[in-house]
Amino acid sequence: MTGHRIRAALVWGAYALALAGAPWLFDSSLALTLLSQIGIAIVACLAFNLLLGQGGMLSFGHAVYSGLGAYAAIHTLRWMAAGTLALPVSLVPLVGGLGGLAGAATLGWLTTRTAGTPFAMITLGLGELVAALALMFPTVFGGEGGLSADRVIGEPVWGISFGPAWQVYALIAVYCFVCTAAMYGFTRTPLGRMLNAVRDNPLRAEFVGYSARRVRYRAFLVSGFFMGVAGGLAALHFEIVSAEVLGSLRSGAYLLFTVLGGSGYFAGPMIGAVLMVLSGVLLSALTRAWLLYLGLAFIAVVMIAPGGLAGALAGLMRAAAAGGLRRLWAGLATLVLLAVAALAGLAAMVEMLYQRQLDAASGPALNFAGLSLNAESADAWVGAALLLATAAALFALARRRFAPQWAQELAR
Amino acid sequence: MDASHFLVSLLNGLSVGLLLFLLASGLTLIFSLMGVLNFAHASFYMLGAYVGATVAAGAGFWVALVVAPLVVGLAGAAFERWVLRRVHAQGHVAELLVTFGLAYVVVEAVQLVWGRQPLAFEPPPAVAGPLFTLVQAPAGLTLAWGAAPEACRGEAALVCTQFPALRAFAMVLALVLLAVLALALRATRLGLVIRAALTHPQMAQALGHDVPRVFMLVFGAGTALAALAGVVGGAMRVTEPSMAQAVGPVVFALIVIGGLGSLAGAFVASLLLGVLDSFAVASDRSLADLAAALHWTPAPETAALALWSVKLSQVAAILPYLLLVLVLVLRPRGLFGTREG
Repeated sequence: MTGHRIRAALVWGAYALALAGAPWLFDSSLALTLLSQIGIAIVACLAFNLLLGQGGMLSFGHAVYSGLGAYAAIHTLRWMAAGTLALPVSLVPLVGGLGGLAGAATLGWLTTRTAGTPFAMITLGLGELVAALALMFPTVFGGEGGLSADRVIGEPVWGISFGPAWQVYALIAVYCFVCTAAMYGFTRTPLGRMLNAVRDNPLRAEFVGYSARRVRYRAFLVSGFFMGVAGGLAALHFEIVSAEVLGSLRSGAYLLFTVLGGSGYFAGPMIGAVLMVLSGVLLSALTRAWLLYLGLAFIAVVMIAPGGLAGALAGLMRAAAAGGLRRLWAGLATLVLLAVAALAGLAAMVEMLYQRQLDAASGPALNFAGLSLNAESADAWVGAALLLATAAALFALARRRFAPQWAQELAR
Repeated sequence: MDASHFLVSLLNGLSVGLLLFLLASGLTLIFSLMGVLNFAHASFYMLGAYVGATVAAGAGFWVALVVAPLVVGLAGAAFERWVLRRVHAQGHVAELLVTFGLAYVVVEAVQLVWGRQPLAFEPPPAVAGPLFTLVQAPAGLTLAWGAAPEACRGEAALVCTQFPALRAFAMVLALVLLAVLALALRATRLGLVIRAALTHPQMAQALGHDVPRVFMLVFGAGTALAALAGVVGGAMRVTEPSMAQAVGPVVFALIVIGGLGSLAGAFVASLLLGVLDSFAVASDRSLADLAAALHWTPAPETAALALWSVKLSQVAAILPYLLLVLVLVLRPRGLFGTREG
């Protein structure tokens, strides 16, 4: 085995180990449901990034395909419960994949006629169309309330009934691993390579004899299938599907977190998926302004670190491998400290504003990171503003000195 | 539908269409000049409505109509200068992503400052009431200026339909702006520089024009147009946190239907969508009625019947997207588009 084969085996082995070992490390029931959601989100974000990262196609309506997959799965479960259909429960996510594939085959035929900005706008329009249609036919889509089903059907096979949450997590983990491997494999196929070529220079790809549109369409089908699998897994996990899984908020979340994680790296969307679940559950419980912070973080990442978190990590690892971390760590630590200080100032002001505007009934006092602040007192406002202003100014200065150093280390 | 309802529905549709055009024109201006799809355009519309409502509460509607676009336009120019310009080198996708993030930030910031409840935004007395009332009598159609005439209250044979003055004002405003915009782009020196910066940025730069500043100006002007539509739209409809989400996708669908980058296309598509929406909302016809008119009864299967009996007013919200699909199938470049996407 050559060196990079060993490395690949190590990486995939570590991934499998992480998926298998995570429930032992975090064994509360909240952790288990978070882990299940993370597995589902990893499949969805990777499928989304097949288009964005590999194909340069920015879709604003990709929740449609995971949503259709989820509906296909929930209807299948209901038919299975009614006895009109016999199928092992473990194959239901595949039915979801077929649902996503069917949606991608019809709508993708329209969207992939275009590329670039028009593609983005058309996917947005079609996403709105499907989401609105779903609300119009409550008999099929269950309306706002949604459709529910029971995943425990018939006799347990080998003692597996999919009743306990850990059994569902195991299924999700297996699907997550297989789908990740399959999508990674896809990027190595001729079609995957052509997709890169079409992304980088469609004219040249056409000249070599490939129809750019056909390549895009096929990639869209593959992406739609895996989105559908994610939807099917979600249907199994939650046992309920409502029309909001098709909506633009969900589509926006896939985009946001895939880019935050880093769309240029294969593992980027996986980092994004973890963030997506953690911020959706934990951050939203911590602060009511979480969408604001998310939007700001997103803008900051696009501006400062276009490679996303994966890009920043890869840069750090390269610098570490070259032994540059010894020269860099002081600058990095300064930057991180200043950024945290500036963020603390900003967050304090935002939280005080929220207290005044949306929660005025409970008085001006609030608890912020262990400090008790008074949203009505001038001191708190001036203090927070001063902290923000000085830290931000120092950050800008430090970054100006750090950036050339960083570029130099990366170029080594 | 009688003649008076028909006429007023038509006018209502045209006024909504012209309002949409105010929005679409700013978006198209930015897109065709800079190649940037401003995903936050509807957010600037919302910001315009909120700033407008606040200024109107203190200084009156007419002041708000001038001040809100200025304030929001400045904010837009600042965004271009400090954020958008920095990611310009990374290409259009990065620019789009930044505006996508901005859309989140603006919606949240608006709720931070103004709260989550709808805002009271009343138009001033001058444009508050009806402009005229159409009176449909058995003898024929007559027009009465102002509020409904006395006769409307008593006689059952009369059908009276009112047309709000604010909508008429919105129509005039949009048409005037369209004329000013077209004139400024075609006949002024600034318009010449803008068009040159669009087609040959390096050449325009080499000739001594500050192309980045032109872009900043254009972006500011586009967002100001959105804010102007916001002030009028906010007073005409509602001013609330979800107003951007309600109108954003429609405007995107609209400029694809009209043909990306084409102001004329955006104009035609805006009017088309406005009128279509206005008539669809007022109609309770369904496919089943159409089939009945053709002397054909569909089989009474439940799923199919659900589709058959959906009323036109229920599908009004998705008509823009249905039209989008239709245009994409028949003419992918859009009605007035000049190039394939």
